[in-house]
Amino acid sequence: MNIPVDWYLILSAFLFIIGAAGVMARRNMFIVLFSIELMMNAVNLNLVGFSRFHENLIGQNFVLFTMTVAAAEAAVGLAIVTALFRNKKTLMVDLFDTMKG
Amino acid sequence: MESLNWIVPLIPALSLAAFLVTLLLGKWVIKESSHWLPILTMAASFVLSVVVFWKIRGAEEAYVITLWEWIKVGSFSVPIGFQVDQLASVMLLVVTGVGTLIFIYSKGYMHDDPGYYRFFAFLSLFAFSMLVLVLGSNYLLLYFGWEAVGLCSYYLIGFYYHKPSAASAGKKAFLTNRVGDFGFGLGIMLIWTTVGTLNYTEVFEKIGAGGIGQSTLIAISLLLFMGAMGKSAQFPLHVWLPDAMEGPTPVSALIHAATMVTAGVYMVARSSVIFASAHEAMLVVGAIGAFTAIFAASIGIAQKDIKRVMAYSTVSQLGYMFMALGVGAWVAAIFHLVMHAFFKALLFLGSGSVIHSLSGEQDMDRMGGLMRRIPYTYWTMLCGAFALAGIFPFAGFWSKDEILGINFKDGAYVIWFIGIVAAFITAFYTFRMIFMTFWGESRVEPEVEHHLHESPWVMIVPLMVLAALSVVGGFIGFPPENGPFHKFLEPVFAQANHILGVEAEAFSSLDVALMATSVGVAVLGVALSYLFYVRRPKELPQRAGAAVPWAYRGILNKWYIDEIYNATVVRLVVDGSRVLWKRVDVAVIDGAVNGVARLWDLGGRIVRPAQTGRVQNYAAVMFAGLFVIITAVLIF
Repeated sequence: MNIPVDWYLILSAFLFIIGAAGVMARRNMFIVLFSIELMMNAVNLNLVGFSRFHENLIGQNFVLFTMTVAAAEAAVGLAIVTALFRNKKTLMVDLFDTMKG
Repeated sequence: MESLNWIVPLIPALSLAAFLVTLLLGKWVIKESSHWLPILTMAASFVLSVVVFWKIRGAEEAYVITLWEWIKVGSFSVPIGFQVDQLASVMLLVVTGVGTLIFIYSKGYMHDDPGYYRFFAFLSLFAFSMLVLVLGSNYLLLYFGWEAVGLCSYYLIGFYYHKPSAASAGKKAFLTNRVGDFGFGLGIMLIWTTVGTLNYTEVFEKIGAGGIGQSTLIAISLLLFMGAMGKSAQFPLHVWLPDAMEGPTPVSALIHAATMVTAGVYMVARSSVIFASAHEAMLVVGAIGAFTAIFAASIGIAQKDIKRVMAYSTVSQLGYMFMALGVGAWVAAIFHLVMHAFFKALLFLGSGSVIHSLSGEQDMDRMGGLMRRIPYTYWTMLCGAFALAGIFPFAGFWSKDEILGINFKDGAYVIWFIGIVAAFITAFYTFRMIFMTFWGESRVEPEVEHHLHESPWVMIVPLMVLAALSVVGGFIGFPPENGPFHKFLEPVFAQANHILGVEAEAFSSLDVALMATSVGVAVLGVALSYLFYVRRPKELPQRAGAAVPWAYRGILNKWYIDEIYNATVVRLVVDGSRVLWKRVDVAVIDGAVNGVARLWDLGGRIVRPAQTGRVQNYAAVMFAGLFVIITAVLIF
């Protein structure tokens, strides 16, 4: 059966919004990172969906690149979290406000 | 005559050069020899002035030398130029001649002063300024010289700048002068708007030609006279002169007796054509002169400081000069100016010599019996005293009597009478000074007595020269109103005299009677003073003072003029300043500037909460913005 493109797009949108909500609303640093990954995967899903729709591999090609970038960025992000934790001994994002004012 | 082209500019230029060199090199290089250049330049200027005198005598017109164009704006053109005529020549001789003597005297008087080079430098600057004032060919150069001598006066009065009283006296002199200069400046501007030029020859030509409104001429005359009132210390702008005695005595002699204060007289004489065309103004001049003469004389009776007596005497004698100008007796006024320069400089230098001998004592209550101890000073001062009192045949007699005589013959009987009474008072206080200082028993403090010594020759010789001039100087005005001096100055005032319709009169018995009256009055003054201060010094002065206590207190306190000024004008200005300071400058202006800063601060304070420092908040804002943009794109 033919799954319409819309379903891919809507799923991707939902996932993206959930990811965005997580970034904005969660206090734990790890959860924020996961939410960012979620947003990125939502975008990947979007691209794959269009790839299927256009019946070429350009979308999937692009996804390979973004996935690599996501992996690298996750590594860097975790390194930053580690450094931050060592500094302030907490993972609560809203407690990092030294740039206030 | 053409040699005047380089001789005349050289006269002030020498003094200017002396000033610059002494000021710049005085502190480190010349130091103790700082007096040489000023004395030599003044002496050279005197010699040149004699040459100028010789060349200009008998000239029908003034000789004008134009050096270069100073200001040229549209039709307003003022050159740097010198005007040489007999009047300028007389002033030159007085300034440079008496000046040289005083400079020489200063070498002795200021000997140990730490500011030696400063003193001579500024004396030279003063000489330069006064010479420019006297030689200038237009009203603007006159004004420049006028202000410059005022500046030098301020500086030299406040020479002992560590003393608060000296500093404030200098300030008072300058401020009072400025009040007069306000009128003077307006007068000069009015001259320009009326005749379109400031050069003497052109101005007098245009005014003499007629066609200018009487009220304008009166206004110009009165405004110019306002300047003279300030500079020549006439009531009510006389208050600075007694305080000016804070300065060193040579300064008092040169600036406040012989030269600067006479600038007002010179200016009015120079403007004789203007004043002659404004009869009412002349009446004002004469009236103020007469009032000042008697007002100041009355204060002089009770002063204890020897220099203060002389200061009030100067104010009084300047009043006489204006009395003369008020009836168009131009030559008589200048005659008295010259005579006064001689004997007043002598009296000031003499009192300086007394002060020097007494190691700084100026209070006559602590003098007495100095006749035998400092004879040279005594005899020279005695000559000056006779001249000031107007005793025949000393210098002051001829000039003072001429002034009084002309006033009487012109019908100004009130002014004549005031002048006679003032002459009586003058003789009284002059000899009061002599008797209290030199006669009687010594009231000198023992420590001062120890060091009592006659002054050095460098101070005595100028005294002797001036004493000789005070004795015989008057004869240049003999016969009265027709002597060599009068004939010499005649061409200068020809135009003014023509306007007034003055004719020469022969010497008559009325003149003899008037002369006898003035001498008699003077002798009476001396006699009364003798009675008070030699015969019964311990009782008569006190009894007289007790008999009219309000009058005595009045004259002792200078008729409270300073107090009145302090309570009114000074209070007004100081309080006004305070309001402007606190209410305007601090509250409004500083408030506005600070307010702008506070506005910015407020703005920042309002916006700052947006910077939470939390990345999540920033992300949220970004998403919100993104949402808005997408919505906008979708709708439009």
